Amino acid sequence: MYAFDIERPTTIADAVAALKADEAQPLSGGQTLIPTLKARLAAPSKLISLSGISDMIGLSDEGGALRIGGATKHDTVAKEAGATHPGLAGLAARIGDPAVRHRGTIGGSIANNDPAACYPSAALAHGATIVTDRRDIAADDFFTGLFDTALEDGEIVTAVRFPRPEASNYQKFEQPASRFAMVGVFVAKFADGVRVAVTGAGEDGVFRWTEAETALSSSFTPGAVEGLSVSADGLISDLHGSAAYRAHLIKVMTKRAVAAAE
Amino acid sequence: MPKDTGIGASTRRREDVRFLKGKGEYTDDISARDLAHAVFARSTMAHGRIVSIDTSAAEAMPGVLAVFTGEDFVEVGGNPAGWLINSRDGTPMKEPKRPVLAHGKVRHVGDAYAAVIAETKQQAMDAVEAIEAEIEELPAIIDVKAALSGDTFVHDEIETNQCFDWGWIEDNRAATDAAIKGAAHVTTLELVNNRLVPNAMEPRSSIGAYKESGDEYTLHTTSQNPHLTRLLISAFVMGIPENKLTVIAPDVGGGFGSKIYHYGEEALVLAAAKRTGRTVKWTADRTEAFLTDAHGRDHVTKIELATDADGKFLAFRTETYANVGAYLSNFATATPTFLHGTLMAGNYTVPNVYVNVKAVFTNTAPVDAYRGAGRPEATYSLERVIDKCARELGMDPIELRRKNFVKPDMYPYASAAGLEYDSGNYDALMDQMLKVCDRDGFEARRKDSEARGMLRGFGVNAYIEACGIAPSNLVGQLGSRVGLYDAATVRVNATGNLSVMVGAHSHGQGHETVFPQVVGEMLGIDPQSIDIVHGDTSKIPFGMGTYGSRSLAVCGSAVVRATEKIINKAKKIAAHMMEASDSDIEFKDGQFTVAGTDKSVSFGEVALKAYIPHNFPLEDIEPGLEETAFYDPANFTYPSGAYCCEVEVDPETGKVRVDRFAAVDDFGNVMNPMIVTGQVHGGLGQGIGQALLEGCKYDEDGQLLSASYMDYTMPRADDLPFFTVDHSQGTACTHNPLGVKGCGEAGAIGSPPTIVNAVIDALQSGGKNVTHIDMPLTPHAVWTAMTNA
Repeated sequence: MYAFDIERPTTIADAVAALKADEAQPLSGGQTLIPTLKARLAAPSKLISLSGISDMIGLSDEGGALRIGGATKHDTVAKEAGATHPGLAGLAARIGDPAVRHRGTIGGSIANNDPAACYPSAALAHGATIVTDRRDIAADDFFTGLFDTALEDGEIVTAVRFPRPEASNYQKFEQPASRFAMVGVFVAKFADGVRVAVTGAGEDGVFRWTEAETALSSSFTPGAVEGLSVSADGLISDLHGSAAYRAHLIKVMTKRAVAAAE
Repeated sequence: MPKDTGIGASTRRREDVRFLKGKGEYTDDISARDLAHAVFARSTMAHGRIVSIDTSAAEAMPGVLAVFTGEDFVEVGGNPAGWLINSRDGTPMKEPKRPVLAHGKVRHVGDAYAAVIAETKQQAMDAVEAIEAEIEELPAIIDVKAALSGDTFVHDEIETNQCFDWGWIEDNRAATDAAIKGAAHVTTLELVNNRLVPNAMEPRSSIGAYKESGDEYTLHTTSQNPHLTRLLISAFVMGIPENKLTVIAPDVGGGFGSKIYHYGEEALVLAAAKRTGRTVKWTADRTEAFLTDAHGRDHVTKIELATDADGKFLAFRTETYANVGAYLSNFATATPTFLHGTLMAGNYTVPNVYVNVKAVFTNTAPVDAYRGAGRPEATYSLERVIDKCARELGMDPIELRRKNFVKPDMYPYASAAGLEYDSGNYDALMDQMLKVCDRDGFEARRKDSEARGMLRGFGVNAYIEACGIAPSNLVGQLGSRVGLYDAATVRVNATGNLSVMVGAHSHGQGHETVFPQVVGEMLGIDPQSIDIVHGDTSKIPFGMGTYGSRSLAVCGSAVVRATEKIINKAKKIAAHMMEASDSDIEFKDGQFTVAGTDKSVSFGEVALKAYIPHNFPLEDIEPGLEETAFYDPANFTYPSGAYCCEVEVDPETGKVRVDRFAAVDDFGNVMNPMIVTGQVHGGLGQGIGQALLEGCKYDEDGQLLSASYMDYTMPRADDLPFFTVDHSQGTACTHNPLGVKGCGEAGAIGSPPTIVNAVIDALQSGGKNVTHIDMPLTPHAVWTAMTNA
């Protein structure tokens, strides 16, 4: 780790102002950033901690949708989102281990957009809205590539708004070592159709499996995707699994998510 | 003598009080008023020629006290190989120099070529980044077979990448070949014993200190054997006289073999302490541990099993390529040879065995002994090919093994691989295993699994291993350059409590609890009044340390011998005190009595008398009560076991879940059943880790792909089932005083083939024609095998 300064603003406005400093970087849980700093792979001169901004913490109802503050920890989502968003709560309950879930935040995860992170699949499958200090961004427009999002420099994810699905479930097949998603599939059923988002598998990060969405929108049963197949093109191949294996797992996990959806 | 404290009692581990409270004192916990910090510059390429190293900018950085490169150690010795292996043609193995810091070339990712000593670790890290090293990249040698055909050499001076080509037993080769040629059935299996990273919880750490007044050095270090480390540094690497060097291994957070060896960092902090006049500390981070701790296993093997038409074993023949990495670690040459080839007859009456091992240098981290060391490789090859053979012959795998077991009336038994087994009863172990594992309930459980869409398999394994690593006479004949005895000093203090100084080092084994149980039982006193001193060469007799499941069998025997000497002398003192003849003194439950009388004195009274020798017959008895014994056994000990497990395989994903595991081991007499059970649990965890999870992988450029816990899968609690561990079927070792056999490595030796056999059984039950999958059996590996079947 190199030396750095840290600021702990208590309002969004103060955080946005602080992030205008040279080489300043937001810190929102630090479950990726801190290990990166420890390995001396990054050298920001200043970290702006977002975890003390009370407007960014907690769950609330917003016109029938669930609003989760950007600095809300995974453990809180796991414990409080279940009544309306059981798939989302189940996803949060299985991120990392208890230590991670009591530090990591939804805003941090979504802004980082790790291709194997769980939350991006929930946001995409719900058709969630990413709320920032300056605008609303649809999830479909937010995740733009590997560790890449539509966020501008200094822009903060202040909340994520999840519409309420009729049924939802997340199935994670873990990469054995990290227990990140090797393939994670989030299925969410709404009145106007089903959305299926896949994380862990795509070379460009989270993506939607539209063929499965079409099939499941007409019949929300595991059998509906039986005849489909996923192409291995564009999927990750690494130490833990080939692209072909991931393609296979996407279908298996989708079926299991549909079967378990509640 | 309370029954809950002596030999055979499950006394709770007294060392755990400090460990569980976070009060252990590990090397990195130790500080000094004048502490400075060492950080190493390590190669990021697997193979390269060092063109130049410019340290001037680093030397000018704030806080920097000194910068070292390989040039600074050209005049000192190298880290030696501890075991000489001769090739089949009689030529000695190739032993290229292993310098303190790389010189001329870097040979693996992580190879240290410079070190900075600075006031703070941050300053040292900053200065390392300022070292300008020009290193010309060379092609990396990674694959063991390709290494033997190319013209790029890890060590140019030996003009080959082959360290040796060893045959065991060379005189048996022709007979083995003939037996295989004429056999009714031959089963062949090609397999890889996967490379592992030891991953002790505590990374390596060393602190060097130097006192100019006496020209004396002190090294605190994470070692399993401080005297061996001192000997290597003194006699081979630095030339520091042994009596000027104290090596202290305080609490050590796990070793599993990786802390047996002397590493260059230990020499560096000593040299740095002398040059800077400061106490110099280095502690590895986890990345350094992955890159530079000696790795384990890494064999590529072809094994053949020849049988007659009824399944009677006629011969085993193996050809193995053993990766020794970039440099010879201290026991790298013993592990794939005498700790492996000599076990290749297993528990069986097979008449012919021939083992060929080619050891190969590559541009990877050195490979050496890791929990089991050679014996897991032997057991895995044997027990996998036997299972495959049973399937080919249509025989029950347990019956095939039983048909070929050495029987209880055959001991001592000379195996075809050159060892003399002293005791055992493999059928009794198998009987007990079948009892405790509920084999009868398996078919019902399989049906239940199938109803849930899962494939259930049953896997079995019978192992034997040779441990209690010693006898000097035998290992000397086999090429060892060191003796493998151990030593203990029993010091009875005047007030009747005891300090027992032992050569074995405890880094998780529980010596502080078990050795007092033995001594307390022998002396009839409370073990709580006995303390164990270990790990400090200035306090303990010259012992060879802890590895190869040797602490109790070898050092424990020395403790017994020294305690016997104490009793003999105490009897003389008691005889004097009671004005009786030595020969009339009886000793029982801590009381000395004169036979046939009611006269008695207690052990405590005798101890006090020894140190207040008024009216002492000084011509017959010296004052004091302190004895030392060195113990060198007559043979290895031969633990054996029957293991089985049931697994469930998810046919959709390839994921394996271990549902249950039973380990029935013969450890001879058991001193503390709870600790033995714990040792088996740990070994099973590591063995199941090897079978299902752990895979150390380099890419073709020699970059370590599995260099962190993000990519190297350590077993977690939820990967493991509840274990059934049973050591009720012990047959006493015939040649050590306690009748004990080593238990530390058994679990890691016996479990990998058990798991793989069960997975193959599960897949076969589901109609998948899969006969072998190389470890680790990750979901991807199992799915790929099913898909290709």
